[in-house]
Amino acid sequence: MKKNTIVSFISNNLVPLMFVLICSVAIPLSGFSFSYLLAEIVTRIARNSFLILSLLIPIMAGMGLNFGMTLGAMAGEIGLILVSDWQIWGIPGMILAMIISVPISILLGTISGKIMNLAKGREMITGYIMNYFINGIYQLIVLYAMGVVIPIVHSSILLPRGYGIRNTVSLLAMRQSLDNLLAIRIGTVKIPLFTFIVIALLCLFILWFRKTKLGQDMRAVGQDMEVARASGINVEKTRIISIVISTVLAGFGMIIYLQNMGNLSTYTAHSQIGMFCIAALLVGGASVDKATIGNVFLGVTLFHILFIVAPSAGTKLMGNSMIGEYFRVFVSYAVITFALIMYETKKRKALREVGRSLGLSQTRLSQSKQA
Amino acid sequence: MAESPLLEFKNVSKSFYGNNVLNGISFTLNHGEILGLVGENGAGKSTLMRILFGMNVIKETGGYEGEILVDGNLVKFDNPSEALKAGIGMVHQEFSLIPGFTAVENIVLNREPQRKSIISEVFGPRLNTLDRKKMDEISQKSIGTLGVNINKDMLISNMPVGHKQFTEIARELTKKNIKILILDEPTAVLTEKEADTLLKSIKEMAKRGISVIFITHRLQEILSVCDKVLVMRDGVIVRETPADKTTVREITKWMVGREISGISAENNESKIQNKKEIKKIMSVQNLWVDMPGETVRDVTLDIFEGEILGIGGLAGQGKLGIPNGIMGLYEAGGKVFLNEKEISLNNPRLCLDSRLAFVSEDRRGVGLLLDESLEWNITFPAMQIQNKYLKMLLGGFIKWRDEEAIKEVTEKYIKELSIKCTGSQQKAKELSGGNQQKVCLAKAFALEPKVLFVSEPTRGIDVGAKKLVLDALKKFNKESGVTVIMISSELEELRAVCDRIAIVSGGKISGVLPAYTDSEEFGHLMVSNVV
Ligand SMILES: Nc1ncnc2c1ncn2[C@@H]1O[C@H](COP(=O)(O)OP(=O)(O)OP(=O)(O)O)[C@@H](O)[C@H]1O
Ligand SMILES: [Mg+2]
Repeated sequence: MKKNTIVSFISNNLVPLMFVLICSVAIPLSGFSFSYLLAEIVTRIARNSFLILSLLIPIMAGMGLNFGMTLGAMAGEIGLILVSDWQIWGIPGMILAMIISVPISILLGTISGKIMNLAKGREMITGYIMNYFINGIYQLIVLYAMGVVIPIVHSSILLPRGYGIRNTVSLLAMRQSLDNLLAIRIGTVKIPLFTFIVIALLCLFILWFRKTKLGQDMRAVGQDMEVARASGINVEKTRIISIVISTVLAGFGMIIYLQNMGNLSTYTAHSQIGMFCIAALLVGGASVDKATIGNVFLGVTLFHILFIVAPSAGTKLMGNSMIGEYFRVFVSYAVITFALIMYETKKRKALREVGRSLGLSQTRLSQSKQA
Repeated sequence: MAESPLLEFKNVSKSFYGNNVLNGISFTLNHGEILGLVGENGAGKSTLMRILFGMNVIKETGGYEGEILVDGNLVKFDNPSEALKAGIGMVHQEFSLIPGFTAVENIVLNREPQRKSIISEVFGPRLNTLDRKKMDEISQKSIGTLGVNINKDMLISNMPVGHKQFTEIARELTKKNIKILILDEPTAVLTEKEADTLLKSIKEMAKRGISVIFITHRLQEILSVCDKVLVMRDGVIVRETPADKTTVREITKWMVGREISGISAENNESKIQNKKEIKKIMSVQNLWVDMPGETVRDVTLDIFEGEILGIGGLAGQGKLGIPNGIMGLYEAGGKVFLNEKEISLNNPRLCLDSRLAFVSEDRRGVGLLLDESLEWNITFPAMQIQNKYLKMLLGGFIKWRDEEAIKEVTEKYIKELSIKCTGSQQKAKELSGGNQQKVCLAKAFALEPKVLFVSEPTRGIDVGAKKLVLDALKKFNKESGVTVIMISSELEELRAVCDRIAIVSGGKISGVLPAYTDSEEFGHLMVSNVV
């Protein structure tokens, strides 16, 4: 019995364990000091956690790792472009950008939710493909409408031709305005206290949300749509709400992320961040149908350690820092692909078991495996 | 004007893709009345109730004809929520519970008591927080009125069938304005004791003014609780009668249109007696199984090759725990040997690989791929595990399905078990509940395991088809030499089919006797160490 639990622990946490292993080899290789690593990690946790947390609610509603968050990220970016044109910086600028992002997020989230309702059970891939489509619209707006239909005053963010936004928008005047609020220093490590307070509030929100009627409905919908529907829960609407909450939060998350970075890659930031957040959550041990707050923090830590040490470890090992860079991108994609394949095979396997096992119910089987 | 009945069906008909399954059904139901609905497997009972409850399948397959009146008003429910609003509750033949929720969460599903907060005042009632304490209270009370002992905090997926069933009924009972409660074969998965408890609470409900429509294949139950009996055959009502003016025998005759001889143990001769050398195929030593409500404490038992061994005993004494434990569905300990080799417990997969098969008592729609055809359902396991029904090329490198063989064997079982369907290509979900169970059996037969456990093979099967199913089981044992272990709560059934019968009492074997032994002696064994 004991042996069984160890084996199942390992097989259930394969991805995080693999990362712990890789990190424990790569950290000494990289030669970074502990305090340097710690300082970097703290900054990055503050930068990314909010975004990754925005993924949790749709998972609860059974909609998988939701690429819809990319849409929220776009909304946040549009907000930031506008406030930086209006030259409203600092915290007021951030707040204004957030306010602008909300209606856009709600609109995009609703559209995305509706489309996903047409493709139940295939939410992840649908979301992924939908992103290409919405990305096209985003580009249309930012590249052609801004400066023409939507007035943009400052030529510093416009393309030389007079309309359309430049590839990068500098947010230097806003840089770390949130992080510096109440920031404290312990040794060489800077702790952006206020950002952490915001993140903590979001965690509390998520915990509270699970206890609400809406949260309970989402759990029910996530487990069995038909039973939920039979009990009178409006399944479609509940699913749409979960996506909308996620996109709105992702919009805020993106603004927090970008204020830390201090500049915005207008055309690529959102799709990169979507990929990154999903990969990080998976690295933290989440699966397509189950993710906790703990998974978020474990994932963001492990993933970032790897990102920090990989280039220098790569240099030491192969004499080429590009190897590390390459490795980073490769790993994100690999993790996502791996998780998806695992999920699909698990589903298939469960189905096959039904065929195989006479009268053993499918649910019971998968449960005895989880337990 | 006289008071109109609570519910009235007027000339209701329904067909699925041109296949008429209900024809001009008319009946009435009064306040506080218990209506028994009986009929052969596939007679149309569940379909009739699905119409009343506004289930999606009905609408998707073209709706129905005729009129339904509640309290004298014409109604047409487009979905179950509308039926619920009108005070109609239904416990389905297949479970509709959320597996990862506790009993409490399921009982109050979408009717959770809530606490308001400032946030919910602003953003709407869906942001109320759940009042867990009240949820517990309501559920506990509802479970209490049923008179059963269910752990309200247990996840549904970990529950034995009977408990799931009660959870579902408890859920219906907590619905405030419930006027009509439809129970579609609620006792099929219950033990006798549980069924008795349920019957009692059905009577209680009727006293409180709730009308109940009760479907069952155990006709005795109908006589003991119902006021009125409706007998259906092939989609029409062939008889309507007060329950106290009829007998089981009469109902049976109306149901199947002919006299049915009861199952008898008279001419069952034991193979084991005549055989000279008997080989042990399976040996169970000091088995314990932790199955809620069916705990097995210490079972030691030898099973001989080619026999049909019956396992009987009173409800809750552990007879169901034995196959469930050996098959790895519940945690178990002790030793089990198959052909002298020990098999590992607590591992469902391995059991199948060592050529054991199990038709569980928990058969409601499980174990079948409902969206697939009968052919597929029946032959798939055999194809997967034993490469049967496959054509091989290049020494097995390329395989494809032997469609002809598949069709042939499927049709053989359809005939043998008299599965009511439109053909071997029909989807499993389109069969009636009882016919789905027959498919489960056929699937096990097609697999031809070394040892087959069958738990309660005739539950949910109509009186006319019971004998058929038992005969098929016997024939299967004889022709393919498969050792069968049959668990049943009906002693007469065991005596008619088995070679030897083991009686479980208090989680232990209290005795193993040849099937022709007097019923009385079995009775003594059943109560010998009841806990
Ligand atoms: N969705 C469907 N599509 C096609 N045919 C169906 C469908 N549902 C039921 N039927 C057919 O309608 C007939 C009546 O089925 P129903 O489930 O009402 O029987 P039942 O009386 O409840 O039987 P049982 O006692 O076995 O539960 C059956 O022949 C069945 O095959
Ligand atoms: Mg039925």
